[in-house]
Amino acid sequence: MEAPLIAANDLVKLYEMGEETVHALAGVRFEIARGDYCAIVGPSGSGKSTLMNILGGLDKPTSGRIVIDGSDISALSDEELATFRNRTIGFVFQSFNLLPRLSALENVELPMIYAGKDPVERRALAQGLMKRVGLGERMGHKPTQLSGGQQQRVAIARALAGRPALILADEPTGALDTNTGKEILALFSELNKEGATIVIVTHDLEVAAAAKRTIEMRDGRIVRDQVNAVRAA
Amino acid sequence: MMRTADLVATAANALRSNPLRSALTALGVIIGVASVVAMVALGSGAQARVQQSISSLGSNLLIIVPGASQSGGMRMAAGGDTQTLTIDDAEAIRAQFPDAAAVSPSQSARAQIVANGLNWNTRIEGATPDYLIARDWTVEQGRFFDDAEERQARRVVVIGATIAAELFPNMDPVGETMRINSGSYEVIGVLASKGQSGFGMDQDDIVVAPLSTVKRRISGRWRRADTVSQISVKATSEETLPRLQEDVTELLRQRHRIRPGADDDFTVQNLSSITEAAGEATQVFTYLLAGISAVSLLVGGIGIMNIMLVSVTERTREIGLRKALGARQADILRQFGLEAVTLSVAGGLIGLVFGVLGAWGLTTLADLPLVLSPLNAALAIGFSAFVGIVFGAYPAWRAAQLDPIEALRRE
Repeated sequence: MEAPLIAANDLVKLYEMGEETVHALAGVRFEIARGDYCAIVGPSGSGKSTLMNILGGLDKPTSGRIVIDGSDISALSDEELATFRNRTIGFVFQSFNLLPRLSALENVELPMIYAGKDPVERRALAQGLMKRVGLGERMGHKPTQLSGGQQQRVAIARALAGRPALILADEPTGALDTNTGKEILALFSELNKEGATIVIVTHDLEVAAAAKRTIEMRDGRIVRDQVNAVRAA
Repeated sequence: MMRTADLVATAANALRSNPLRSALTALGVIIGVASVVAMVALGSGAQARVQQSISSLGSNLLIIVPGASQSGGMRMAAGGDTQTLTIDDAEAIRAQFPDAAAVSPSQSARAQIVANGLNWNTRIEGATPDYLIARDWTVEQGRFFDDAEERQARRVVVIGATIAAELFPNMDPVGETMRINSGSYEVIGVLASKGQSGFGMDQDDIVVAPLSTVKRRISGRWRRADTVSQISVKATSEETLPRLQEDVTELLRQRHRIRPGADDDFTVQNLSSITEAAGEATQVFTYLLAGISAVSLLVGGIGIMNIMLVSVTERTREIGLRKALGARQADILRQFGLEAVTLSVAGGLIGLVFGVLGAWGLTTLADLPLVLSPLNAALAIGFSAFVGIVFGAYPAWRAAQLDPIEALRRE
């Protein structure tokens, strides 16, 4: 049997808040297989953002072990974490986080710049990705010249650049209207069918329903982990 | 690993996005470098002028004056009535040392001269024909007096360019007569102009007459007939000059019967050492000017640090995003460092242009030679790059240290 893409064991994350110690993660254990499409849900304070930061290689657990695509996150140095984020993770943010001075195409190229990819190859790949997300005609536009949905598509193209093992999306529809949000979720489903492993962090149960699997968190623990019966279109 | 071309493009893009701010930030360095370049050029110009005018007194020249030197040998004129040097001393030097290419004893006096109904008070220099060679004079019109005229104490004079202009306006002075005190003298030559000396004296304000003539007819108040106020000795070359200075000193000590250990009763001045001393003084002046200007460069550097810190704060989200996408600390450090260095080096180059223009303007105003050394220009640019690195380092380090989670959360 193939090793899971993500294997987390007894993850604990503590924060010192003045006198108090907060258990953002209080012993979390789960596995995510390659090709999965998983939603992590829970109210604010449930620990889902902390979990996402650790999954994305932005933070390290206080104790426990998490291996993503063969890398033990706790054992990586800052520099190795940067390389890990660059090669293994594709981030999609609620507020898009596109650089306003760069064109849409240049934004997509950004992770490949930090990978040191050849400019010609890089540009060709970015153009392919822009077409893939349906923005083949808008490559030279600045982010401010694009609608919210288009900006999020650019961000998704950027997340796909460099063929990361995991697409990590934090409330990807949070800043979009309902219809546009649905289009973005449809794009995620398509990408998943093409083989991408996707983890969406959200508090919106409708968004979670679009995924194949839902992990629900509360007070730093997983309270429910189920395969979704009905898949949204 | 980020490619260098991408790093440069990223930094340039950031600077272009706010051109006014970039220009104002660079302005501090522009002013700093411009003033350093202009001030150093001004100082070097003054230095060149001083050396030029000192060497116009005569090259490879020893000037012997009566009276003891004070330590350091910079004393220019010994006390008034000391009369320890004689014409015989000069003859002895000429006879003994083949390296003395020209030896001229001379006696200075001040006198009132009159010609064409015009009055002038000037320096009369009684000298021998060697004076022309020793002091690097050239005769522009007419001729210099010869040995026979000197021996016979003839009433002939050679005049400087200033005298010619003041007393013989719009006419050829050669063959004219002038009165010195009550005697009448024939002008036989005019000296080519030398301009001002390094000490601000007009060297052309001079009348040169045979030494015997001056001793007998003009400076009669001297008690002894054979004393002189100065002996000029020209060495055959720069190399023989120090040796000649030692030999002359030794000879004069013997002739004047000075016991070992006792002070000399004369002073041998070496013009090249005077030139050196004056050069050092103006060098200090140059350093002082450059130092004051460097302070403004320092202030420019602090301006860069200030703006870069503001820029890091403003671009916190951008930095967080770049880190999330895989930028390493070194990548962020280099990007912000390069922005600071680009600002300071661009400022340095523009400042260099303004500095050269300023130097040209100042030296033209002050009537000094324009001395621009490539070394100083390279130094100014190098220093501005250094300023960029030093003052850009802290903001860049701050940017590199940002926690991406915190940075992305910032609105």
